[in-house]
Order: sequence, then structure tokens, then C-alpha cells
Amino acid sequence: MNTFLGYLRQAGTAVRFLALATLVLGLLYPISVFGLGQVLAPAQANGSILKDPAGHPAASALIAQTSADDQGAQDPKWFHARPSAVKWDPASSSASNLGPNDPNLTKNIEAARKTVAAAEGTDPARVPADAVTASGSGLDPSISVAYARLQVPRVAAAHRLSDGDLLALIQRNTTSGLEAFLGQPSVNVTTLNLDLAAR
Amino acid sequence: MTFNTVSFLVQVGVLILALALLHKPLGVYMTGVFTGTTNARPERLFYRLAGVDADADQKWSIYLRSVLVFSAVSILVVFGLQRLQGVLPGNNGLAGVDPWVAMNTAISFVTNTNWQTYVPEATVGIVVQMCLLAVQNFLSAAVGVVVVLALIRGITRTRTDRLGNFWVDLARTSFRLLLPLAVLAAVTMVLGGVVQNFWATDVVNQATGVQQSIPGGPVASQEAIKILGTNGGGYFNANSAHPFENPSVFISLFQVFLLLLIPSALPYTYGRMVGDQRQGYTIAAVMGTLWLASTVLMGWGVAAAQGSATAAAGGLGEGFEQRFGGAPSAIYAAATTLTSTGAVNVAHDSLPPLAGGTAMLNMMLGEVAPGGTGSGLYGMLILAIIAVFIAGLMVGRTPEFLGKRIGPREMKLAAMYILVTPALVLALTGLTVLVPEQVANAPSSGPHKFSEILYAFTSGANNNGSAFGGITTSGPYLSALLGVAMLLGRFLPIVLVLALAGSLAQQRRIPQSSGTVPTHGWLFGSLLLAVTVILTALSYFPALALGPLAEGLIR
Repeated sequence: MNTFLGYLRQAGTAVRFLALATLVLGLLYPISVFGLGQVLAPAQANGSILKDPAGHPAASALIAQTSADDQGAQDPKWFHARPSAVKWDPASSSASNLGPNDPNLTKNIEAARKTVAAAEGTDPARVPADAVTASGSGLDPSISVAYARLQVPRVAAAHRLSDGDLLALIQRNTTSGLEAFLGQPSVNVTTLNLDLAAR
Repeated sequence: MTFNTVSFLVQVGVLILALALLHKPLGVYMTGVFTGTTNARPERLFYRLAGVDADADQKWSIYLRSVLVFSAVSILVVFGLQRLQGVLPGNNGLAGVDPWVAMNTAISFVTNTNWQTYVPEATVGIVVQMCLLAVQNFLSAAVGVVVVLALIRGITRTRTDRLGNFWVDLARTSFRLLLPLAVLAAVTMVLGGVVQNFWATDVVNQATGVQQSIPGGPVASQEAIKILGTNGGGYFNANSAHPFENPSVFISLFQVFLLLLIPSALPYTYGRMVGDQRQGYTIAAVMGTLWLASTVLMGWGVAAAQGSATAAAGGLGEGFEQRFGGAPSAIYAAATTLTSTGAVNVAHDSLPPLAGGTAMLNMMLGEVAPGGTGSGLYGMLILAIIAVFIAGLMVGRTPEFLGKRIGPREMKLAAMYILVTPALVLALTGLTVLVPEQVANAPSSGPHKFSEILYAFTSGANNNGSAFGGITTSGPYLSALLGVAMLLGRFLPIVLVLALAGSLAQQRRIPQSSGTVPTHGWLFGSLLLAVTVILTALSYFPALALGPLAEGLIR
């Protein structure tokens, strides 16, 4: 009986402790961080939203944005992002979660290689790995420099721009310095396409 | 996707340097938090409102009962409020959570596992994330810390049955240690691009015609404690691969630093509290050696880029994020499985076989290098007791650990501790592969199918929370079985550790003699390292051979 009462008393303490801790850790803490974020770095805290020349929110610099049809074929006019297991929908996020020896994954990769090679009018052997593999989040905004360069002739023709103009745009949207050393040189397709649209 | 070896080595070096610089100030600070005797005014108010007698000193059994009652209440509250989500404010239009998923999630967050059987974007709104899940991120991490604190007191105190006050330890760890560090980490993350607001933003690209709803939420505040408390439950489904949780390679490296921070400074605190700094440094050296070896092994496994699908792609890519690439993904995957975190910046399911196998091996080591907040150190101290016992057998003397006799009772408790997780992992994996309908939940073929199931139970029973994400665990069978694995994998070891602490505290201190095996220095460190590796290898090698090792042989 005493033990039972002991448990009951401790359960009461636990409930009160949890309620008070929730006030501090579950409300006060995130709201304070929100306040600090809005003061110190509102742009980042609100999702690194980029505006178009007219001043309307057009994209998040961190999230893939690509125009694709229902089959997942991306608009030939613009630079393409990496394949996505969630069709680039920011309301969700996922990898394919297929194993390194998975025959279905091999099939997907081979199909993607054909599609990309056909779209860019190039030899399938020249298609880099990031162009045929789904990213970890499904929202990866970046591609390799090789894949960006591979897309230049197609995009240049669609926009009536010279290859040189596009290579300069790619350069502007490529990570460099320490960031490229710690990670790898990456081209942000979301900001690249926005820059292209603004021309 | 490239694997830059120089960049890999530089990042490992930066981590070692940063942790080496900070272990002492943080270790000293933590000692102050744990041994302080005065309470600040807000703390006194907190204790009064919570009904805590802050001056009470609890017996081990009462301390344990407090841990268990608090955790049980937490599970019930997190479960119940998830079920009621439909009528709660701030639910983002989401209904009550499915009972099996809610049960699994409640257990998962209270046990510091943070296995995510749910898809956050489609299951939990802002209030459940912020007021239930993130709160447990703090409290479950703090529970790990207070348990090792009780064990250290058991070692240092003599002829007493008192181990301290659970409620005060829990509050101090949460508010004096985790909260200030979380605020610093969260603000740093916001500066680096992690989101912290309460709304989604609709964007329209006039040129391409694409419309998107860019999600928002208190991500940075949750992310900070998710990493710092070695929890690992992401705000988004893709976890730390999601650009809003982990926007750049800088933040990725910062996250690895944060998740190693407290576990790698705790040995220093331990050394201070037992009054012999060499004890702490020996433990830290063993942890560091294992971490380094495993990180290099992971780097090698990733760089080798094995697998037929990987070969078809022409290299790494599937499941990787372009902004990270090979080296940062390998460093993250090693650290998250060597601690009890389970956050991921690369899809572990798609890692090359030997890298995926290294992730499993890391968890199988018992997550002691440096392990979860608190749980890593108590795991390592149990292994140290086993090592002392083995050394005692060699020299034919009754083993002692820091002046306490390791008699039959202490040894039984330590041995049971070592057996809990392998027994859970192997029995539950074995059981599951015998049920054809459950095997179908792992969608792969060949040995990878077995790997997915083995990974799930390894992660659950070790309270890690990372997954080979291809497996579907939201059905009743796997939800329940993983729930059992997480619960027993967390609380059976805690029962054994606190019982051991109680039994050590009651002893008088035996003076050191020429026959005492020293528990510091190279010799003991090497013995401890060997014991850790051999125990793991003996327990798990056959299972690893059937899964990732077999996969690595496929051409």
C-alpha cells in the first residue's frame, strides 16, 4: 500500500514537472529562438525566400524548384534538378531508400541515364551520377558542375543565349572556397533558373 | 559525387581540435551543475510548483522508481496528446495520430531513440512537434545524464544507500546544461539558414509557372536539441538531409560537433567527480580511438562506393545531397550511429554495403564512442567493470573498481547489462524473419532485405533511431515489436545501472594495494578497447555476415 502511494505521489510530481518543463522547453524556448531569429536573421529564419524583380516571393534558395509534368519530365527550357523521390514537392521529403545492390534502383538509374542523355543530346557515358540518382531529401536544390555544363547547349538554345553567358551564370551560382572544399563544388539550380529568368 | 580524402581528414581534424578545446571548460561547467548545492530563485519556484522536495536524498530504488514513473507518465502524455491532435490548437489541419504510430512515437521519443515511424509532414503539426516531441528531446537526454550521475555517485559515495535527487538532477541538467547550449546552437543554426517561424510561405515563379508552398516551423529550436541531446528525430521526414534542417556543409559539420560535444566532455566531468582526472582521460581516449577508427572505416566504406546500383550510376549519388558529397556524409553517418542520435544527412539505406554495415556495427558497439548523452558514459563504465573483472581473473584477485569491490552481485548486474541489447536485437530480428508477412515490409531483395530488418532492431534496441528507411514499420506488428525493443533496450540497462550504483554506494572504500589493477593508463585503456570490440564481435558477427558483409561480396 505504501509502495502504491509512493508511486502515485511520484506520478503526481511527474505530471506537474512535465507540465512546467513544457512551458519552459516547449513554449518559452522555441518562441525565444523565434524572436532572436526574426531580429538577427529574418531572411534565413523565414526560409531564405527569394523575390522576383517584381518583388513577389518566387522560391526558397534552399529548396529545389523545377517545372515538371505529371510523369516527372522536367521542362526543357530550364536547368534541371536531380531526380526526386517526392517529385520536388516541398510538402514532403524523402529519399528513394533503395539499397546499393537493388535491381529496381539499377533499372531506374539506367532509365534516367537514357532520358538525360536524350534530353541533352549527348553520350550516356557522359551523364554524371548526380543526374541519375535521387537525392537524400528529394528537395536537393544543387547539382554538380558537370551536370550543369551538360545542360548548357539545350538551355542556351531555348533562351537564345550564348554558351558563354550561361557558363558565367553557372559560375555565379556555384559554391566556392571553403564551402566547396568541405563539401564539393555545387550549382544551385533554383537560384540559377531565377537568375536566368531575370535576364 | 566525390569523396575528397583531404577534406575528410581536415574535417576530422577540426572536430578533434574543437572537442579537445572545449572538453575541459564544458566538463568543469557540468561538474558545477551536477554538484551544486544551491538553487536559484526560479528553480526554487519550479520545485515548489512541481511538488519536489529539493533537499531529499533518494535511495537507489526510489531514484529508479522516479526515472520509471516519470518516463511512464511522459509516454502516456505524448501518446494521449498525439491521439487528441485533431482537437488541439496548432495541428496544421492534421487529425489524431494512428494509435500504433502514436504509441511507437511516444516510446521512441521518451527513450531517446527518436525512431520515426511517422512521416512528420503528414502526421504531426507544430504543437505536437514543439510541445511534445522537442520537450522529450530535452528530458530524455537529461534522463541519460542523471543516470550516469547516479552511477558516479555510487562510485564516489561510501556506506550510504542514497544516490541523490532525481528531480533536482533532471531539472538542473535540463535547465542549466541543455537549455543554454540549445539556445546558442539554435541561434547559430538560424544564422546558417535553418528555419524558425510558424508559417508556410507560398511562392510563385512567374517565369516557370511553378507554385510551391515552402514549409515553415520551429525547426532550428528542435534541431538544436535533437542534435545536442543525441536524439535524432527530425522536424521533416528527410531529417538532416532536408535543406531546412541542414542547409550547408558548415551546418552539417556543426551538427556533428554538437552531437559529440556533451558525450565527449562527460568523461572529464567523471574524472573530476571521482577525484582522479586520469580515469576520465582513459575513458575519453578509448572513446576517441573507437570514434576515429570507425569514422575512418566509414569513410573507406563510402569512398569504396560498392554496389551494383552504385556502379550503374557511375558513383555515389543515390540518397546523398549534392551540397555535402562523400566526406561530410561519411563523418555524419559515423557520428550519428556512434552516439545514440540517429539523425541522418544521407539515406543510410542507400549507403554502399560496407558503410551501411559500419553504421550497424557502430550501434552494436553499444553506442559508447562517445555514445548518447549520459548513456555513452554509463555504457563505457559498465565495460570498464567487465574489463576489471577480466583483468582480475588473469591476476587471480577479486576485482576492484575505484576502491569498490566488484563482487558476484556487481558482476551479475554488469553481465546482464551487456546481454540486454544483443539478446533483444538478435531475438527480435530472428523472430521477425520467420514471419513472411513481416519480411515483406522490407522491400529489398537478397541480403539487403535482412539488413533492413537487422538495422531496424539494432537501432531500436540501442535507442539510436536511424533507419534503413525502405522498411515500413507503421503496421501493428513492427510498431509494437520495435516499441518493445526501444523500451527494454532503454530501461532494463537503466535498472541495472542504478542497482549497481546502489550496491557500490553501500560499500566502504578498499585502500589501493600493490595488487590493485589500475583503471587508467595505456594498459587498461587497451584492455577496455579490446573488451568492447570483442564483446560486440562475438555477439553480432554472424548476423553482420548474413547482412552487410554478404552484400559487400555481391558483384
